[in-house]
Amino acid sequence: MFQIRIHGRGGQGVVSAAEMLSIAAFEQGKHSQAVPSFGSERMGAPVVAYVRIDDNPIELREPVLDPNLLIVQDPTLFHAIDVFTGLREDGWVLINTSKNLQDLQIGEATSKLPAGHVIAVSATELAMRHLGRPTPNTVLLGALAAMNDEIEIDAVCSAIRKKFPGNVGEANVIAARAAYQQAASA
Amino acid sequence: MLKQIEGSQAVAQAVALSRPEVISAYPITPQTHIVEDLGLMVKSGELSPCEFLLVESEFGALSACIGSSAAGARSYTATSSQGMLFMMEAVYNASGMGLPIVMTVGNRAIGAPINIWNDWSDSMSARDAGWIQLFVETNQEAVDVHIQAFRLAEELSMPVMVCMDGFILTHSYSQVDIPSQELVDSYLPPFQPRQVLDPLAPVSMGAMVGPEAFTEVRYLAHHKQRLALKLITEHADEFGRLTGRDSGGLLKEYDCAGKETVIVTMGSVIGTMKEVLAEMRAEGHSIGALTVRSFRPFPIEALQEALKDAKRVIVFEKSLAVGMGGILANDIRMATRGLHLTVHSVIGGLGGRPITRTNLRRMFEKGLNDQLNRIHFHDMRMDIVNRELDREKAQRRSGSAAENILSDVGLVAAAKTI
Repeated sequence: MFQIRIHGRGGQGVVSAAEMLSIAAFEQGKHSQAVPSFGSERMGAPVVAYVRIDDNPIELREPVLDPNLLIVQDPTLFHAIDVFTGLREDGWVLINTSKNLQDLQIGEATSKLPAGHVIAVSATELAMRHLGRPTPNTVLLGALAAMNDEIEIDAVCSAIRKKFPGNVGEANVIAARAAYQQAASA
Repeated sequence: MLKQIEGSQAVAQAVALSRPEVISAYPITPQTHIVEDLGLMVKSGELSPCEFLLVESEFGALSACIGSSAAGARSYTATSSQGMLFMMEAVYNASGMGLPIVMTVGNRAIGAPINIWNDWSDSMSARDAGWIQLFVETNQEAVDVHIQAFRLAEELSMPVMVCMDGFILTHSYSQVDIPSQELVDSYLPPFQPRQVLDPLAPVSMGAMVGPEAFTEVRYLAHHKQRLALKLITEHADEFGRLTGRDSGGLLKEYDCAGKETVIVTMGSVIGTMKEVLAEMRAEGHSIGALTVRSFRPFPIEALQEALKDAKRVIVFEKSLAVGMGGILANDIRMATRGLHLTVHSVIGGLGGRPITRTNLRRMFEKGLNDQLNRIHFHDMRMDIVNRELDREKAQRRSGSAAENILSDVGLVAAAKTI
C-alpha cells in the first residue's frame, strides 16, 4: 500500500487534491481511498488530507500515520506543525516553494531520506502563471507523477479534467504538465 | 458501473436510482453533500419526477416527508447530529404512523461541546423511536443498503434509517459499484402504500389513542420490528443474488466461529480492526469479530448463535449512555444472557477521536489478558480528566470543564489529533 499525506492551508485545495489523486489511481486500475481530515473550515487554517493506493481493496480507516509520500502545499507549515511525523525512512517529500531546499531548514528531518526523494516545485508561481490564482494543488499533482511510479501524469490530467470540466480543467492540466517537467528535471 | 466517488455522492446516486418522489432537505454537516447532489439531479431533470423541497429546518424536513409519505409518495431525507434532535418529535411521529420514509444519518457527535466529527450519538438518541436502524461498513454497503431500505420500509410500512459514519464514509472517496437502473427496478417495486391521505376518501392519521388501545398499537410496532428480522435477511439475500455482494442483513461475521474472544462492533471501524485481528490470529490468538448491521430490530437470536462458543466478548462502540456505559454493550449483554461469557464494554472514537491499529491492538491485548474493566474508555487520557477533577475540588468557580480540558490538552496536541 502506498500512503500519501497532503498538508496545506484552507483554500489551497488540499481536499480536492486528495480526491483527484484517488481518481487518478482508479483510472490506473488501482484501489484508492481519499479522506479529508476537516477541522474548522477556515481560509488559512492548517488542513490535512490522506490518500491510500493499493492493488487490493482498502479497508484501513485510520488517518495516514506512516506516509510513503508527503505533499507540503505551504512551506510556512514547517514552522507550525511537525509535518514529517511518521514519514517512512524510504519516503518522499514534495514541497511547494520557490526557495532552494537548503533555505527551508528541514535538513534534519529529511537528511536520512534517499537522495532525490525531496523535491521542490514552485507550484504557486506556476499556478499564478497558468491559472491566475495561487492554488498549487493540481500543479503539485503533476510534479508528483514525476517522482515515482505510483501515479502517471496522464492519469493525473484525466482526474483533473473529471474534477474541473471545461477551460478551468484544461488550464490546470497545462499547469500540471509544466510542474511535471520541472520535477522531472529537478 | 464502477466509479471512484465520494460516499455522499454514491448514496445520492443510490437514492436517485430508488426513484424517490419527494426529497426534503435541510443542510447539516456531514450529510449535506448527499442532499446537495440530489438537488442537482432534480434540477437538471436527471431525477424526475421528483419534488425537491428545501425547507426551513430539520423539523420541517421530516414533517414534509411525513406529509408526502402519507399522500403515497416515496419520500427521503437525510440528517446528522443536532439536526436529528431538532426533528425528534417528527421522528417518533413517522414511525408511530407507520410511514415508510427512508432517512440517511451521517453519524456525528452531539453537543455541547459542539463537535462536527463522527460518533453514533445521533442515531443512538433515536434507537427506541420505532425506526429500523441499519449500520453500514463501507460506501458500497451504503449504496446497497439504501436500495434495500426503501423496499424494507414499504413492505413493513415502517421508516428506516441508514446509519453511516460521518466523514469517514460520507466524505471519503473510494471505488463503488453503482447498480444499473434496470437492476434497481427489478428489485424495488413501485410504492404501494398501506394508507393514503386522499381528499376523496378522507381518513385520520395520528389521531389520539387513549389508554384503551395505546398498548396494542405500541405492541404492534414491536411485533412488526421482530418480523422485520426475517425480511432484512431475505432482502439482503435477494440483493446479494442480483449483485454478488454481501450487503445488509442482520450480522456480518469476520472469522468469529469457534473463537474464544469475539469483538462486536458496528459501522466502518471494523475495516481497521480486520488488519489487527488478522495479525493477532497469525500469532496464534483465538480472536474474531462480528458487526451488528441491523441495530433496530436487534438480532438477538442471530447473536446468540454467532456467540455461542465465545468465552469473552469485547463490544466496541462510538456511543455512551452517560451514567450507565455502553449502549450496544448493554444490548449484547441482554442478547447473550444464558451464555457463559464475559462482556466487556469499550467506548471509543467519541467526537472523531482516531481509532488506529496501534491503539486497537493495545486494547485487544488488554482484553486477552483479562485487564479490561466492565467499562473501558478507549484511548482516553485519565491525567487530563484528573486535572479537571482536581481543579473542581480546589475552587468553586472552576469554569467551563470543556474549555479547561481543551486548554489542558493544548492546541498543538489538539492539532495533531485532527
